[in-house]
Amino acid sequence: MEIKKTSLYKLHQDNKAKFVEFAGYQMPIQYPEGIVEEHKFTRSHSGIFDVSHMGQLFIYGDDYLIEDLEKIFPLDLKNLKLNHSKYSFLMNDEAGIYDDLIITKIDTGFLIILNAACKQNDFEILSKFLNNKYKMVLDEKRSLIAIQGPKSVQILNNIISGVEALSFMSGNWFLFQDQKIYITRSGYTGEDGFEVSLPNEQAEKFTKKLIEKGAKLIGLGARDTLRLEAGLCLYGHELDKNKTPVEANLKWAISKERVSKGNFIGSDKINKQLADGVNKIRVGIKPEGRIIAREKTKIFNQSDLHIGEITSGTFGPSVNGPVAMGYVENEFSKKDTKIFLEVRGKKHPASVCGLPFYKKNYVKGASK
Amino acid sequence: MSDVKYSKEHEWIKLEGEIATIGITKHATEMLGDIVFTELPEKGSNVEKDGTAGVVESTKAASDVYTPVSGEVVDTNQAIVDDPSKINQDPENTAWFFKLKIKDKSEMDSLMNKEDYDKFAKESSS
Repeated sequence: MEIKKTSLYKLHQDNKAKFVEFAGYQMPIQYPEGIVEEHKFTRSHSGIFDVSHMGQLFIYGDDYLIEDLEKIFPLDLKNLKLNHSKYSFLMNDEAGIYDDLIITKIDTGFLIILNAACKQNDFEILSKFLNNKYKMVLDEKRSLIAIQGPKSVQILNNIISGVEALSFMSGNWFLFQDQKIYITRSGYTGEDGFEVSLPNEQAEKFTKKLIEKGAKLIGLGARDTLRLEAGLCLYGHELDKNKTPVEANLKWAISKERVSKGNFIGSDKINKQLADGVNKIRVGIKPEGRIIAREKTKIFNQSDLHIGEITSGTFGPSVNGPVAMGYVENEFSKKDTKIFLEVRGKKHPASVCGLPFYKKNYVKGASK
Repeated sequence: MSDVKYSKEHEWIKLEGEIATIGITKHATEMLGDIVFTELPEKGSNVEKDGTAGVVESTKAASDVYTPVSGEVVDTNQAIVDDPSKINQDPENTAWFFKLKIKDKSEMDSLMNKEDYDKFAKESSS
């Protein structure tokens, strides 16, 4: 299969990106300044992330579509306001996660942002559930550009007047050079920021404007360290089809209203887990010292029993130390529980900790 | 004059008398990216030619550090354990990894000189 390229490929090349293949796309992993500098720049200024490999699924429909989507997602979509977004999951009958996603109610129906590696499978699953009743477009003609960090609002508002009025997890249509672009105030770095969906032909021009105003291109490497410090899950690591939202400690994303009534895919399992508890659960893990525990590192308790595994681990540039997340048996999930991580044959002390590692800077109360 | 040689695993080795100072090359640091963790061999331990003698980790991955010659570890550079970013800044000088009292000088013979290493590094990264 041919490796796909995003509309910003040339711009990445011109900026001397190092590339890596990710989910069938040639994506920039880092630029010459390196992951640590890119990470810090995003936290202090404004970073641009090409996330055009992610799926942008437009589903067209009205109240019937809302009813049908509620049979799939554990969300109260009837009460979701126009242009507001929710984080959710596509699950199987056992509440195993096929994908985690952001769904936004737009004028014509819904826009769902899907993970690159999952989008084709998601499309097929959703087509089947919706019985081809609604027009569905997994739009390859649009790019998706995230701009993240405290200076992003000022930079983007300079180019697209009015975005500063958006509140967190809401969006709207705006115009960029006479083309309709959809902007949401969201992101996956733990910083205030935006995601911009725009036609491919506009992507490079738009990104160059952001650069002109002081933002910098940031690679997937820093995106990973940023989201991990923010305690956010990455599909294929913290989440997969053998893990449920309750086990992933994401029950906050499940509508309380909906869960009591059930009637969505996986609701029986979710209800059972909410009532009876879970065997394993996702936690934050802080190694002592500087040791880095990578994915698949085994976790032991103080009696040397194997109690879990790391799902992501790296060095967090903003916390200036190692950070990790993983799954442990429920009884060892309490904050400050002493655990041991087996790295290169040696067991290193660590403790279970709260998330995020780095405190969020989301703008909640922006003017309406 | 000291004699600096290079290994295929991207270590440099500088021999002064029977003491060899070993580190990783600039080319290696460029391939690794930002180094955020270092583990060094224990002082007094013995290491074997081509065996692992340490670890460096970037934000993305861990890589073993090998020793190009055998010997007893007589010193290690604590400064790069305390601040691994020093390795990216000055890999072939102040950010050395460890010093060995070497066993067999002839182990140096199979290593590359600067010119050959530069050529090797260029080829292996293209």
